[in-house]
Amino acid sequence: MTRLLALLGGQLAAFFIQIFQMFRYFIQCMAEMWRVYLYRHQIIAQCYAIGVGSLPLVCLISAFSGMAVAIQTAYQMEAYVPDYMVGALIVRSVILVLSPILMGLVLAGRVGAGIASELGTMKVSEQVDALTSLAVDPVGYLMLPRVIAGLIMIPILVIYSFLVSIACGFVMSIIKMNITPTDLIKGMKLYFENYDVFVGLVKSAVYGGLLTFMGAYMGLCTQGGAQGVGRSATAAVVVSSALVLILDYFLTHALLY
Amino acid sequence: MKTKTAIEFVGVFKSFEAQPVLKGLNLQIPWSGITTILGPSGCGKSVTLKHVIGIEQADRGKVVVDGWDMARIRRGELIALRKRIGVLFQSSALFDSMTVMENVAFGLRMHTKMTEEEIAERVHVCLDAVRLAGTEAKMPVELSGGMRKRAALARAIAMQPDFILYDEPTTGLDPNTSSVVGDYILKLQSELNVTSVVVTHDMPLARRVSDRVALLYDGEAVVQGPVDEVEASKNEIFELFIEGRLG
Ligand SMILES: Nc1ncnc2c1ncn2[C@@H]1O[C@H](COP(=O)(O)OP(=O)(O)O)[C@@H](O)[C@H]1O
Ligand SMILES: [Mg+2]
Repeated sequence: MTRLLALLGGQLAAFFIQIFQMFRYFIQCMAEMWRVYLYRHQIIAQCYAIGVGSLPLVCLISAFSGMAVAIQTAYQMEAYVPDYMVGALIVRSVILVLSPILMGLVLAGRVGAGIASELGTMKVSEQVDALTSLAVDPVGYLMLPRVIAGLIMIPILVIYSFLVSIACGFVMSIIKMNITPTDLIKGMKLYFENYDVFVGLVKSAVYGGLLTFMGAYMGLCTQGGAQGVGRSATAAVVVSSALVLILDYFLTHALLY
Repeated sequence: MKTKTAIEFVGVFKSFEAQPVLKGLNLQIPWSGITTILGPSGCGKSVTLKHVIGIEQADRGKVVVDGWDMARIRRGELIALRKRIGVLFQSSALFDSMTVMENVAFGLRMHTKMTEEEIAERVHVCLDAVRLAGTEAKMPVELSGGMRKRAALARAIAMQPDFILYDEPTTGLDPNTSSVVGDYILKLQSELNVTSVVVTHDMPLARRVSDRVALLYDGEAVVQGPVDEVEASKNEIFELFIEGRLG
């Protein structure tokens, strides 16, 4: 019994040490912000890697999820609401919920894990120590550009996802559910709110910062060889996916009520 | 004004989680010349070097580098100090996303206002010094182990440091390449007149390059001094180490 308690205590302590560590990196990252000009080349390179590199995946997933939403909406609402409402419902659910969350989860896998394994490999092969020995701060040089690129590029990818999802959803409704384009546009115009787009973009910027930060943090804290790199990549994906879903609740609550 | 010793460890303790690595290490490294830190693998040689550049901090005791107490040094001063220290890492640690040229130029680009021509010129000189001229455009993966060591050495000297730290410069290299690396250590020492610290368990290398040696064992420096003195001292642990029966 006491052993169990000790074990639990140990786990809890380890957990809080992790949180504390994360917080320290976060503060360090913020402190490097004012030197951001120094790292401009890295930021541009990272924006390119995150943005352009993720486009095909974003397209594919947005197209299919847009079509799924169209069918689902029509199926759920057919009997209760006029046709033109389907257009409004597709647009709003894509912008408010679907695109930000889906992109957060998918990019946690593609971008977050990529960052964690890249920086993890640099850590275990002493490249991070080499940076430090060359008087360059790893948090500034490696973490900050990635986080900034995430804050900028993920909302852009999400806008892209809005457009693809809605377009595919509309096409689906027209072909399969015999809803006329005029009805769809009418519904969209009637219920479209600029504020929804704002909410969707705030969410995606938060997820963008979160998943790049987690990837970089897990990468820089990697210990022990190839196995350690694998562990870090997994941890980055698991933690940021969970946090995306948890934060989604809080952000929705804060922004919509 | 120069302090008497370049680098000094005073009663340094360091442990990782529950595992103690350094247990009251006392070590003096004088200005200029080559000091070699010997010891079986896993005894904390790399950890000791990491204290010198402030990657690790002592739990207890004091590390003084060029008069700076590493526990108290301010950020700006630490950065200035690091610019004056070149490090050759055990695994070379070249940035594998950059060419050899970009690797060697890295410190210059980050810290100096040199023009691209001046940088290219300096990189060329550094690569020439380690006989790697012509490999500028290559990626680190395209180089052999020995070439990578030399490229990393070129990167370490690019900023014209006052200190050069070598972490196991010959480990994993064949005997020929090892002796070439030994040559470079001596050559750089005579040309640049820096303070060098070589960490190794390669006794032939130590005999060849060292002005002073220290033997690290069980978290302490069991013996240190000029090579011939240490060899003549008949220290029990040192004899065991030479016979390869330590650790
Ligand atoms: N960051 C770290 N975390 C935990 N243990 C470490 C760390 N760095 C070194 N150690 C441990 O310290 C000991 C000495 O390591 P090291 O200095 O690399 O030995 P060597 O003399 O071969 O260079 C080893 O047992 C190693 O496991
Ligand atoms: Mg070592």
